Amino acid sequence: MNGVVKLLGVAAIGTGLCLGMTAPPAEANEGKRTDIVMGVTLEPPHLDPTAGAAAAIDEIVYANVFEGLTRINESGQVKAGLAERWVIEDDGLTYRFILREGVTFHDGATLEASDVKFSLERAMAEDSVNAQKALFSAIASVDVVDDRTVIIRLSRKEGQFLWNLGWGDAVIVDPASADTNKTNPVGTGPFKLDTWVRGATLTLTENPAYWGTKPALNKVTFQFIKDPAAQVVALLAGDIDAVANINAPEMVARFQADGRFAVDVGTTEGETILSINHRRAPWNDVRVRRAIQHAIDRNAIIAGAMFGFGTPIGSHFAPHSPAYLDLTEQGLYDPEKAKALLAEAGVKSGTKAVIKLPPPTYARRGGEIIAAQLKAVGIELEIVPVEWGQWLAEVFKAPHDFDFTIVSHTEPLDIGIYARDDYYFGYDNPAFKELMKTVEETSNPAERYALYREAQQMLADEAVNGFLFQLAKIGVRRKEISGLWMNAPVQANDLTKVHWE
Amino acid sequence: MSVQAGADRASNLVRRSGPSMLIGGGLVLALAFFGLVSVIWTPYPSDAMDVLAKLKPPSSAHWFGTDHFGRDLLSLVMGGAWTSFSVGAAAVAVGLVGGVPLGLIAAWRRGGLLSAAIERSSDLIFAFPAILTAVLVTAVYGPGAGNVIAAVGLFNIAVFARVTRGAAISVAARPFVMAAIAIGRTQTAILLRHILPNIAGALIVQGTVQFAIAVLAEAGLSYLGLGIQPPTPSWGRMLADAQTFMFVSSWQPVFPGLAIMLAVLGLNLLGDGLRDLLDPRGRDRRAGR
Repeated sequence: MNGVVKLLGVAAIGTGLCLGMTAPPAEANEGKRTDIVMGVTLEPPHLDPTAGAAAAIDEIVYANVFEGLTRINESGQVKAGLAERWVIEDDGLTYRFILREGVTFHDGATLEASDVKFSLERAMAEDSVNAQKALFSAIASVDVVDDRTVIIRLSRKEGQFLWNLGWGDAVIVDPASADTNKTNPVGTGPFKLDTWVRGATLTLTENPAYWGTKPALNKVTFQFIKDPAAQVVALLAGDIDAVANINAPEMVARFQADGRFAVDVGTTEGETILSINHRRAPWNDVRVRRAIQHAIDRNAIIAGAMFGFGTPIGSHFAPHSPAYLDLTEQGLYDPEKAKALLAEAGVKSGTKAVIKLPPPTYARRGGEIIAAQLKAVGIELEIVPVEWGQWLAEVFKAPHDFDFTIVSHTEPLDIGIYARDDYYFGYDNPAFKELMKTVEETSNPAERYALYREAQQMLADEAVNGFLFQLAKIGVRRKEISGLWMNAPVQANDLTKVHWE
Repeated sequence: MSVQAGADRASNLVRRSGPSMLIGGGLVLALAFFGLVSVIWTPYPSDAMDVLAKLKPPSSAHWFGTDHFGRDLLSLVMGGAWTSFSVGAAAVAVGLVGGVPLGLIAAWRRGGLLSAAIERSSDLIFAFPAILTAVLVTAVYGPGAGNVIAAVGLFNIAVFARVTRGAAISVAARPFVMAAIAIGRTQTAILLRHILPNIAGALIVQGTVQFAIAVLAEAGLSYLGLGIQPPTPSWGRMLADAQTFMFVSSWQPVFPGLAIMLAVLGLNLLGDGLRDLLDPRGRDRRAGR
């Protein structure tokens, strides 16, 4: 008898707990919620955007914790950041930045012009660990005029300089805290780090001393959920409020049909490509690469792997860019032509190759479709799934042990990677390098666009990689949330304008 | 032995086998049959994609529906049966070929250094569950059918060595073996003529159990992405693929899941039945309990 009573008691407590846990945290209070739980796929290795290439860092700290002289907004435009305004001298080489007044770091230190000098010189230094040093390559000197004025002199004209300063890699840091930003980020942004439970969550709280308009939120929690299926379940269960880019495109219809959620389909800067290792025969033969491009049915990949989300591309450039040139007609799906080209190049039917696929859906599913499509023209792919760490070690870094891989290159305006020496796919074309150099030195937009189009044409003619599609950004959010970015012109989850209706 | 005697013996076998043997044997035979058929014929080629016909529910054209690439699920399940059974059979074969001689040596040279070495090595392998060993091997040497077979086979070698040794020791103590030794037959002859036939029953029973473990291990590893790689069909990978589509196409995980369940259930029932049939002493012992 006693045992039964005990059991009942336990059951009652259990039910009570369950009820308490499943009740949505928001509906209890009558006011609007001032917190948000964001589901993010990857946990950052650390939190210093000036010392790492991982997009996951910027996706947490950009605009929220750290700010630069300029900032890039949702539509990709350059806006004033810590610099209130700037003047460009007639020579186009001298930039005078006037800093905002009353800006303080999270530790109480005041933002001074010397911090700007320190940050930029640190980023461009010989021993800098900045992942995007090319952003600063045009800077000749940074000089402090007074506490609020900085003059930056360039060694050559740089058409994109203000845009470059808006990147997460160009944020302004304080000399006193610069070395510890990896674990204890001290920035000037409206949020500061509260707690970081490795492997689980990261929480930001409001910065009461913020210089600008205070955001509507006072608490932001990032929950790291790697598995797309688990993200879906967490959203449906109400454990998270929004996912900036959900990795399960098949679920969009389900969320659209659910009155609690809204789905925003936007664009990213992610050119998704079948990278071809140019260091290996027969892929260094342009006829073989053209054959591969003809063997690939982009529309089938977009429909099959991404459920229709994605825009076909014919070269390495984002379709929403004003400098975009539509080259999708050039490498149209034509298996017969592909077979003819392969025969001409002497590639036998049944040739084997290895494709290494990183974890994202676009790669794993796209890879299976491409394997089927290439098999139809006589190239048999062995599929090797790899984790990101493995991908970096085996594919991205020497010895570049792969024939093919699928990756979305999400940095904005990154056609310049084809001019890099010893980049992972090993494309080496002096004419292209020359062209990129000319682009860097051209500041007239119309001329730049013309040069970019020429570059796109060159990459398509050479069929450098298999150009597949521009990755879509599929954001899922609770219907009441507004102010999340629709597109991702830079890798960021800017939460400064987010509020609950 | 006359034809009549053979038929009598066969009908006798059927009569003596219990329901678990019949059900298990039936399930295993049916799945093995589907697997065999898939080698020469499937309703559609198992890797033929048709993205326009993706995620279609079961219909007369596609009995099990289609997956997210528009592949025919029935064809994939059939192909998956072939994959599962061939991996399972290969893993058991590796275990038998490697484990039985080791077990016989360990039994015959009992107390010797070699026997001790064999014993302790199989202890070492037994210290970890089969699936963990398999994950370890495939994580180090990469995914693929060959490595899955090697990983599960390695575990099976230890299992069969152990079973062979135990059975061989008990058979070796029986009078007919003593007699054979007394009349001076060679060791090889005794092992092959007297010991091996008398432990075959135990090995067959253990074989079906290991077969079931191998099928489950292949499915588990493929589910984790460490096993069979596409386009070769695999039940485990089909389940993993279907996971995110559960809310959209609920039938997609059902068929590979059922196939795995039926295969493992069938093999275990068959193992039980075979034990009752081939190991009468064991049955009496259980009945007397």
